[in-house]
Amino acid sequence: MSSEGAARRPARATIVLLVIALAVTAVAALGIGRYDIPFLRVIAILLAPVSPPDIAVTPMEANVVFTVRLPRILMAVLAGAGLALSGAALQGVFRNPLVGPQVVGVSSGAAFGGTLAILLGLPRYGLLASAFAFGLSAIVLVYALNGIVARRNILALVLAGVVVTGFFGALVSLVQYLADTEDKLPAMVFWLLGSFATANRDKFLLVAAPVVLGGLLLIGLRWRINLLSMGDEDARTLGVPVEPLRWLVLVLVSCIVAAQVAVSGVIGWVGLVVPHMARLLVGPDHRVMMPASLITGALYLLVIDTVARTATSTEIPLGILTALIGTPVFALVLRQTQRGNHGL
Amino acid sequence: MASDLVMLRLDKAGHSYDGERWQFRALDLGLSAGEITAILGPNGRGKSTLLRVLAGLLKPTSGVVDCNPRTGFVPQEFSGAFPYSVLDIVLMGRARHIALFGTPGPADVEKAMAALDATGMADYAARSIGSLSGGERQLVLIARALAGENDVLLLDEPASALDLKNQDIVLSLLGRLADGQKLAIAFTTHQPNHATAIADRVLLMLPDTQTLFGPTEVVMTESSLESLYGVPVSAVRLGSGDREETAFVPLFRQRARRSGRHG
Repeated sequence: MSSEGAARRPARATIVLLVIALAVTAVAALGIGRYDIPFLRVIAILLAPVSPPDIAVTPMEANVVFTVRLPRILMAVLAGAGLALSGAALQGVFRNPLVGPQVVGVSSGAAFGGTLAILLGLPRYGLLASAFAFGLSAIVLVYALNGIVARRNILALVLAGVVVTGFFGALVSLVQYLADTEDKLPAMVFWLLGSFATANRDKFLLVAAPVVLGGLLLIGLRWRINLLSMGDEDARTLGVPVEPLRWLVLVLVSCIVAAQVAVSGVIGWVGLVVPHMARLLVGPDHRVMMPASLITGALYLLVIDTVARTATSTEIPLGILTALIGTPVFALVLRQTQRGNHGL
Repeated sequence: MASDLVMLRLDKAGHSYDGERWQFRALDLGLSAGEITAILGPNGRGKSTLLRVLAGLLKPTSGVVDCNPRTGFVPQEFSGAFPYSVLDIVLMGRARHIALFGTPGPADVEKAMAALDATGMADYAARSIGSLSGGERQLVLIARALAGENDVLLLDEPASALDLKNQDIVLSLLGRLADGQKLAIAFTTHQPNHATAIADRVLLMLPDTQTLFGPTEVVMTESSLESLYGVPVSAVRLGSGDREETAFVPLFRQRARRSGRHG
């Protein structure tokens, strides 16, 4: 028992440090931008409703912090947390560290829903609803396809994900081909590249519900994901109802990813890279690795989004940055894991 | 030694993947508390299939399996994708006792540590499974099955890939578990001597879906093993006084050729 405590104490300390780092970064990010606000002043502005500061908060400051930056930062935090947690759960369920949220086809389903909405000129909420609905329909298709091929076969499940991703990818290309090149095509391209630039309170609430609910349930299942990662037969002998549990995880992941794509477009690499960082920090046990992924993902995407909106005079699309930063980071992290790994 | 408390029973059970070739047919088999059953048969004959039917992983094609929900299964080797710690692995044996959204608590950790103690692996609790030898991993997997507080232990070739010392460790552990904790144990093996060392009963999976099941000393004979493997087998009496046993030695053709050349 003492050895269990000793083994998990550093992991818990790491998670506490990550939470502190996330809080500090979030406050700093509230001050960073074209209208710079010093770190301590941001804290004073945030605390203003409870204890008014000596120098009164100007309407400009309140507007920048609460209306412009806060929804965007919260959305980046939620999206990063949701994507990283999804990736961590999927890597466990598929027993494959090279799997990310894209593998179940939800991202491309949602991408098609979003581009279709732009083509049809649907209003803003139409786009959100369409992206979310097609994202979830992708997982239904994967389920159906998996049933036709081989219900209990995990490889058939991955292949079904590949097929559905390819199918919706083709539909996205078709929609882009049909779109008028002056107006709608650029809108589609920018939306697909991912951004939190249009963040507001409504969008935040829309992404918050599925991400928070799905995230809490996934966190609740974190030990069961240890069991699933042992392989189907081994998990069955341990008394785990493998297929229903796996689908429960996939549906929760789909809700999170579909909501994220609906509000901020396709953001790749976060769900693949961050779980590896978390594993490096706290070890492979999903009981601590999934919470660590969640916080690291939030921190990671928050930093990248802050860079995206401040590095140059125009915004850099997020999808480009996450891939540009994610690929070398992934290579580095993989190198570290291979070194610390005992042949497994 | 054997009590008559049957913990798991096959009743006229048969299994076939394609409906034509049967691994076993109309097989009656009972696993009793405190008793060890060895399952012997050539490669591909269906030993593992039988073990999976006993474990409830496969449904029998015919007949009835009276499964026991308190059955622990020990796979041939560790198949996990991540290098969990030994304690994390053993805790997985507690899965049936933990709610869907739950995680193992202090009581589960205590039971896991007791299981590691019983297999002599308590000092390894914090080590990564990836840093262990094959024999040590086998002991961890047995500890995992013990942590589930099971009545029945099914092991798929538990000692096949181990060196002699580790074979000895695993076999004597199984003997202790049957005698001390009154577990009903069944294991598959390619080594007739593993069966004579610890098994109370032996099931031979002979050619053409025939099976032979009975007490070890009755079933294990030169002629039955020869018809099992298609290789001549010689029984050798060893030892003296209080420790006398029979070893089965295969008479490989290769050795006959060499002795003919040099002798």
